[in-house]
Amino acid sequence: MARVFSFLTATRGKGRLHWTDWVSYSYLIIGIFLMFGPVIWLVLSSFKTANELDRFPPRFLPYAQETVEVDGFEDPLLAFTVIDGDLTGEVVGQTRRAAGRAEIIVPSNPDERIRVTVDQLEPIEGISFATENYTDLFERFNFLRFFWNSTFITVTATLLMLLVNSMAAFALSKYEFKGRTSVLLIVIGTLMIPQTVVLVPLFLIVTELGMFNSLWGVIIPGAATPTGVFLLRQYMITIPDEILDAARMDKASEWKIFWRIIIPLSAPAIAVLAILAIMWRWNDFLWPLIVLTRTENFTLQLALNSFQGELQTDWTSLLAMTVLTLLPIAAVFMFLQKYIATGIASTGGK
Amino acid sequence: MLNIISAAMRVIEIPMLALQRRLGINRLAWAFLLPNLILFGLFAFLPVILNVFYAMTGGDNVLLADRPQVGARNFATLLDCQNYLDVNSCREDKFWRAVWNTIWFVILQVGFMVGFALLTAIVLNRDIRARGFFRSVFFFPVLLSPVVVALIWKWILQREGVLNAFLDWTGVGGINWLVDANWAFGWSVFISVWAHMGFYTLILLAGLQAIPRDVYEAAMMDRASAWRTFRRITMPLLAPTMLVVLILALIKGVQTFDEVYAFTGGGPGTATTFIIQYIYEEGFAGAPRLFGLAAAASLLVAGVLVVLTLIQLRLSRNNVDG
Amino acid sequence: MKKTILTTTAMVAGLGMVAGAASAQEVRFMCYSDGNECEVYDDLANRFEADNPGVDVIVDVVPYQAILENLPVQLAAGTGPDLAKVTDLGGLNEYYLDLTPHVDADYWDSAFGETLNWYRVGDRQGIYGMHSQLTITGPFVNATLFEQAGVEMPGEGATWDDWATAASAVAAGTDADFPMAMDRSGHRVAGPAISYGAKYFTEDGVGSFEGFDAFAEAFVGWNEDGTMARDVWASQGGSTYADAAQEFINGEVVFYYSGSWQVGRMDEQVGDFFDWQVVGSPCGPAGPCSGMPGGAGIVGFEGTENPEAVAAFIDFLAQEDVYAEATARTRNLPAHLGVAAAGVEFQDVSAAAQGALNGFAGALPDVSPIAFAYQGYAGNRAMYGITVERVSQAIVGELSVSDAMDRAASDLEAAMAEAQ
Repeated sequence: MARVFSFLTATRGKGRLHWTDWVSYSYLIIGIFLMFGPVIWLVLSSFKTANELDRFPPRFLPYAQETVEVDGFEDPLLAFTVIDGDLTGEVVGQTRRAAGRAEIIVPSNPDERIRVTVDQLEPIEGISFATENYTDLFERFNFLRFFWNSTFITVTATLLMLLVNSMAAFALSKYEFKGRTSVLLIVIGTLMIPQTVVLVPLFLIVTELGMFNSLWGVIIPGAATPTGVFLLRQYMITIPDEILDAARMDKASEWKIFWRIIIPLSAPAIAVLAILAIMWRWNDFLWPLIVLTRTENFTLQLALNSFQGELQTDWTSLLAMTVLTLLPIAAVFMFLQKYIATGIASTGGK
Repeated sequence: MLNIISAAMRVIEIPMLALQRRLGINRLAWAFLLPNLILFGLFAFLPVILNVFYAMTGGDNVLLADRPQVGARNFATLLDCQNYLDVNSCREDKFWRAVWNTIWFVILQVGFMVGFALLTAIVLNRDIRARGFFRSVFFFPVLLSPVVVALIWKWILQREGVLNAFLDWTGVGGINWLVDANWAFGWSVFISVWAHMGFYTLILLAGLQAIPRDVYEAAMMDRASAWRTFRRITMPLLAPTMLVVLILALIKGVQTFDEVYAFTGGGPGTATTFIIQYIYEEGFAGAPRLFGLAAAASLLVAGVLVVLTLIQLRLSRNNVDG
Repeated sequence: MKKTILTTTAMVAGLGMVAGAASAQEVRFMCYSDGNECEVYDDLANRFEADNPGVDVIVDVVPYQAILENLPVQLAAGTGPDLAKVTDLGGLNEYYLDLTPHVDADYWDSAFGETLNWYRVGDRQGIYGMHSQLTITGPFVNATLFEQAGVEMPGEGATWDDWATAASAVAAGTDADFPMAMDRSGHRVAGPAISYGAKYFTEDGVGSFEGFDAFAEAFVGWNEDGTMARDVWASQGGSTYADAAQEFINGEVVFYYSGSWQVGRMDEQVGDFFDWQVVGSPCGPAGPCSGMPGGAGIVGFEGTENPEAVAAFIDFLAQEDVYAEATARTRNLPAHLGVAAAGVEFQDVSAAAQGALNGFAGALPDVSPIAFAYQGYAGNRAMYGITVERVSQAIVGELSVSDAMDRAASDLEAAMAEAQ
């Protein structure tokens, strides 16, 4: 216990806790509760049955009513504890219930059927994870196919976007040339138009280029986000020009400067953009929804949302699917986030 | 993987070097820009141009060729108000309700979000234990899809949701959050901050990491107070990143849609209907599909955003190489 | 510049068709599920393929949003599927494949009768769609709560006021939170509104909100005095759909106005927590005790490469035995008159649900002709949306009822001017 405490409180390097450390840790603990609590709720809910999901008020853990086996009945009966009347305290199975009255059976005496009112019974419930929410998914459709499509789109689009955007950002931050401001303004200007609005014109363009119902129809337009250029450009501005000049003195080619100096120095911003790009492509829904209509091309998000009908939504499957789609991207984030820390500060360049 | 990439980079170097010899260093910038300009031009800029044409047509046909030209009529419809401060006097009252809601929303949301994102980034930038874990915690909501964000918070806030169950238990008594216009609006701001804060925290964190450590060490030698260090070192050096965050937050704030739409549907009444929801309902979800009106509204919004961004850039020119 | 864009977009239509021709007899069926419909159709498609070698029917299950928002865009661009399950029956008419040359028109006329009209617009009067999922709106009642409160359930011919009074008495006498609730949907209020005198059409057959005021007044009043669960309409905005099934399942609502599609869910989730039953739609001051019909149907599209195969598949689904099987397995009401007359033995449902579905089917004759016409009207989606938006504003107090109705009328006028 003491070790846990010291682990939680220790600051790196120094032994004693400054008051700012206390404030920081308190803030972080509240943060866990507020930011992570709802996510845990989501994960637990994905193990609930449809009835448990609709229940008022909701409960944290997934519960299900327990059952008892009674001789002479093929299916197990719902189990109750009697809380009032002659049988108080007995565990009984219910055979029928109608309008406030129930017919029950004491398991030790399966032949006698007893009639009680419903308020004399209290259901026996135990924690039960509805894993069938997950197993059903694999039976119902080709999960691996969707997973592969999503992965292919995400990886390809991210690599393409990082390369193309960092090249553009380099040009816009480290070169003086005519038209630079105009290009920058157009990039920023395009940010202002929400994707929802250009969906139809974009769809018409992509269709004309023959990319309808092709994974490339999702990958290539996705690589053209203005956000990435803007983000990287603002970061690269902070890289001192002296480094470039020194490299030019050494007769390094511009491409080498870009590749060997600018990219490593921009690692934190590129890591951020990579995380964002992966997340955008992985979670993208509206755009794949209009470009991909064939099951064999579907991404996980499309499969996930196909549980939504006009009048009914299959929440149990949708939640299980949500958690499954969340896992890979959470893992990727955990892996990439450490590169944010390996920026200029640690490579020593200034 | 890395080997393949670095091999590919060496291959690209050959044509780039040739280009550099022919164009000279400064004109080589266009070679760096070209791939992006092609993608960007086709898939980001051209749709926006088409959007301008849509804004000047009417009817409910999808293809531009089938749509009648109406000139500026869509703009006139949107701007037709007797009194701009009274939404009920406007022909498109829904548009103006959405405009006012969006203005209030952006002020609150951007303020809270950037404030908390900065605070969080500073805390996460300290030498704390389990930094990776805490970073993940704060970033996690960003990974959730808007529908899921809305669903989680609906569970929490509905009439018999978790929060009310808790309030009942403490004796305070529950509130029907989503039926009250002000509460619903407040929660929309909260949820939007909750869902997107991690994104900005991450960008700010990358910016903080970029500040060389020896600058701080020098300040420590001078026995500068923590506040002074923050004011004199952190803030100025963070300014370019802060500018990105502010501009992006403003733009994304105005474009808030998915999670609030899934959360309240814009209600109660029109209390949380924002401008993109208006555009979405007029142009896509509703019937008939008024692409023209939707496109016109989006251009009006974009126009305002451009002006705001230019102001932001101008204001920050002192700090940043614009 | 403009000229190139115009030709560009026009060309798109041509290109899409070429792209669609991957396999000679591949037929793509864009389907959405409110339950197990797509699974059942996939299964039936396998049987069809066995009888028709060389035809490959592939069911693509998509979110409903794709049908509602993207399908029209794809059809306009010429990249639509070969057939689809749709709900905007009249709205997509221009893209429908006329099945008349490929099927036995007399059989279709006698089997589907009135529902065929829902797919027809103007001078396009062919056979376009097979109504696969007939729905009708109506109330679910928590009988256990009535019994607990000792209130007698209003009988046949009871009015909305009778039900409101009875349900309020029940809610007062039990721990139910709300006497009544109604789904947030323009389709759901249509039946009651007709009972209160809404005409929905002018004399020339154009959509209008004439006569809707009386219901709006009553409905807003019920929301204000707590008779209706205000949460359903007031906690949402825009034309978003919201139901109160969760509240009903939790035993909080005495009288819940929804429709036949909820039977499966009630059956599964209420279990024996309480007794529920379906009663006929209440009557109104204007006379009719009308619900509102609705549902989805399967249509073929003109853009298809294989019209024969598409028509043959839809015709296969329309055959009495196949249709009866699909209806029983998907637990929907049959629109096929022969199947309806013979009665359907629904699969995997309790006696209560079977009774409820039969109850809904039995309410069909009470449906007002206006409701049938409204369901078949191509502009009905616009009208549903306007109803929900404006009535909600009146409920939350942003507009008075009369202002809301004025706005609804001018919204409709503007929508119709654009849709010309």
